[in-house]
Amino acid sequence: MSANLSTTNILTVRNLYGRIEGQQVIEDVSFDVPNTGVTALLGRNGVGKTSTIKSILGLIDRSGEVTLDGRRVDRLPTHKVVQLGVGYVPEDREVFGKLTVAENLKLAERSIHPNRALVEELFPDLVHRQAQLAGTLSGGQQQMVSLARALLNQNRLLLVDEPTKGLSPKIVGEVAQALLAAAKTVPILLVEQNLQVIRQLADRVVILSGGRVVFTGEATELLDDPERIQRYLGVHSGSEHSGTEQTDATVPA
Amino acid sequence: MSTIVLLLITGFGLGALYFLVASGLSLIYGLMGVLNFAHGSFLTIGAFIGWEVARRLSDGSWWALAAAMLTGAVVGAIVAAATEFFLIRRLYNRHIEQVLVTVGLALASVALFEGIWGTDPTYVTSPSWLGQTSEILGARIPNNRFMLIVVAMLVLVAIVLFLKFTRYGLIIRAGVENRLMVTALGIDVRRAFTLVFAIGGAAAGLGGVLASIYYGYVSAHIGGSLLIFAFIVTVIGGLGSLAGAAIASVLVAVLQQFANFYLGGTGDLAVVLALAAVLLLRPRGLLGAKA
Repeated sequence: MSANLSTTNILTVRNLYGRIEGQQVIEDVSFDVPNTGVTALLGRNGVGKTSTIKSILGLIDRSGEVTLDGRRVDRLPTHKVVQLGVGYVPEDREVFGKLTVAENLKLAERSIHPNRALVEELFPDLVHRQAQLAGTLSGGQQQMVSLARALLNQNRLLLVDEPTKGLSPKIVGEVAQALLAAAKTVPILLVEQNLQVIRQLADRVVILSGGRVVFTGEATELLDDPERIQRYLGVHSGSEHSGTEQTDATVPA
Repeated sequence: MSTIVLLLITGFGLGALYFLVASGLSLIYGLMGVLNFAHGSFLTIGAFIGWEVARRLSDGSWWALAAAMLTGAVVGAIVAAATEFFLIRRLYNRHIEQVLVTVGLALASVALFEGIWGTDPTYVTSPSWLGQTSEILGARIPNNRFMLIVVAMLVLVAIVLFLKFTRYGLIIRAGVENRLMVTALGIDVRRAFTLVFAIGGAAAGLGGVLASIYYGYVSAHIGGSLLIFAFIVTVIGGLGSLAGAAIASVLVAVLQQFANFYLGGTGDLAVVLALAAVLLLRPRGLLGAKA
């Protein structure tokens, strides 16, 4: 499960720069995502985690080198990158509110044999809500639709951006379980602010600060080091070791 | 009573014309954020080519009219798709350039049409029944208004069915909400862009043939004059809303007819005042999405 033990990488990012409306939002970002497990992309708010994900997908202007399973994808438009087997779960869900749940899922199907059984197993609630407009779902249900859209397809990599943001603790647990199940079959690059979820899911971490990578390593190297957590993420996690664990500790804004 | 019936039904007929132009404008803006000032050119060329075909087949017959309508729709679709593919595609998210290109294309196409068909109106011959009237509740209604209404309703139903029950319809509806997320699902949304232009162009080309029946002639400026009202309809209905465009088409045309009759020919002024009122009170239009 360690980054050092992984022999191949599903995603390689080298010297990636991202711009939004001409403004540099990430610079010279380099890291690898091994072909198994969950790699967490961490950092304080505004350091460029979401921008890094969007740059990998080509959703914002980018330059640099992005390699997916040995193939350069940084010159490809977004839909081509996704068609190569990249599932994307965006920040704030971004379901199509005026489409039904069934239509949201149908739109996401890229193959003639989508993995509906997995989706129905992980999110049984959605089965009963097929005809409901996605805009009328709760935040947690919308997140399930968003995750389901990515899990319907056979992907080589999932890019999951803050899947537990704004959700109740119960739903956070369900989302984490779904990601844990998904991680058994597909590597995940996960942006997450909830330390408990990171602890539960992440094998490796990549930490951004000021638009650059400042730390990469095994998740335990970070999570067992309160000083490092405080320095990079701004969280006082000493209580996690004192017996009064802050199970829902999050990186502050 | 008969006057009111006459104004209502002729208003519906004019609204049908507005809808055929506005439906494409609204879908194009909704999906791509493009204000297409060249849309009137699709209507004009559809009308000219449609009637050229009809004239050569059998002027004044029903089947020639059907051929004209089909030709107008096909020509409008092809010209619109080509416009998207060769000009607009390079300019997405560059709104100033889009306006410059589409305005330039509209002006150039009018000059081109005048060069080919002359500056004088070309009078068209349609089946004689369309030039007659039918009496409803004492009002004598020009028959061509009924055809306009029926065709516009068929177009509305066809577009709704397409949007509701086809994969591309699904992509277009999703793209109107969130274009980037559609691409992030692995869908090449550019094909949907071309398709929407083609659909809008087909409706406009068909509208061109019908407009020439409504006015009795076709001219190089017929598209431009309808485009102004179609834009007003699109804004009042809510940019991107097909249902909004349909409702606003009828409201604007009926208002125009009533103001023209009862307020001394002030129909155009009434429409502009209605637009101002909507922009002040409900800027997103009747059924437009919240900003």
